[in-house]
Amino acid sequence: MKFGVVVFPGSNCDHDTVFSLKDVLGQDAFFLWHKDHDLRGADCVVLPGGFAYGDYLRSGAIARFSPLMREVGEFAGRGGMVLGICNGFQVLLEMNLLEGAMIRNKRLKFLCQYVHIRVENEQTVFTSKARKSQVLRIPIAHFDGNYFAPAETLEELEREGRVVFRYSDESGNITEEANVNGSLHNIAGIINRGGNVLGLMPHPERASELLLGSADGRVIFESMIETLKSRI
Amino acid sequence: MKVRILVSFKDSVLDPQGQTVKNALHTLGYHFIKEARQGKVFELDLESISREEAKTLIPEIADKVLANPIIEKFSWQILDEK
Repeated sequence: MKFGVVVFPGSNCDHDTVFSLKDVLGQDAFFLWHKDHDLRGADCVVLPGGFAYGDYLRSGAIARFSPLMREVGEFAGRGGMVLGICNGFQVLLEMNLLEGAMIRNKRLKFLCQYVHIRVENEQTVFTSKARKSQVLRIPIAHFDGNYFAPAETLEELEREGRVVFRYSDESGNITEEANVNGSLHNIAGIINRGGNVLGLMPHPERASELLLGSADGRVIFESMIETLKSRI
Repeated sequence: MKVRILVSFKDSVLDPQGQTVKNALHTLGYHFIKEARQGKVFELDLESISREEAKTLIPEIADKVLANPIIEKFSWQILDEK
């Protein structure tokens, strides 16, 4: 399947993402320059991690206005599959493709470490190959990952099963201790109402081979690939 | 014409940076600090625009770009007029 990975000035996980999709998972993955106006036939668009535009103003705030994001917005509106990882998640929030916002981590530290996340909804196109409540060990690397949304939005997300990943301990318990960045409801990843746009703070591309310490992130990419294949 | 825009977290949003500032002030003995909130200040120098136009366009810019309305609020003022 064709995966377009958007490159902003300041993206730094774009190569890792293309490597995971192409070299590890054997897909057709390519870079999309943020100033272009063409998704080049991508079946799925990935907004990678990094610090788009240096994260000046707010994380993802300026990237949102990049020319290509108009196409990405339209693509998402047509039901196209969009995955935002870390900074990509922040961009999706700023674009209002996903609800909520990110504020600084609760202890004001940049966090670069492995975390455990529990799959809260295995019936999405991004998690269909995961087991119910499966715990994934995937690294995070962010300063602004403290998820915030107004109470009514949180309630809506919960009610509609749109919280897809939650920070947990190794056994899948949702604890305050496991909630390293202070996110409301331990939220690590959410999906839009249409079920085609997912954002998550942990980096599945950094956990796509055992050589890297974990291959738990693969289940996300494999779910996406399976879904896209089933649509042909 | 110069304008100043102040962007800060809404009262309902936890401000970890403001809390740290408050804790630091308490450590220094300034115990009368009840609450501290941190924000951002933008100063924009405008040209070829009337005061009336600014009244429409500055809030538009603040709402669309400078602040994230989900977590932040803003206020603004005109600093001078030459």
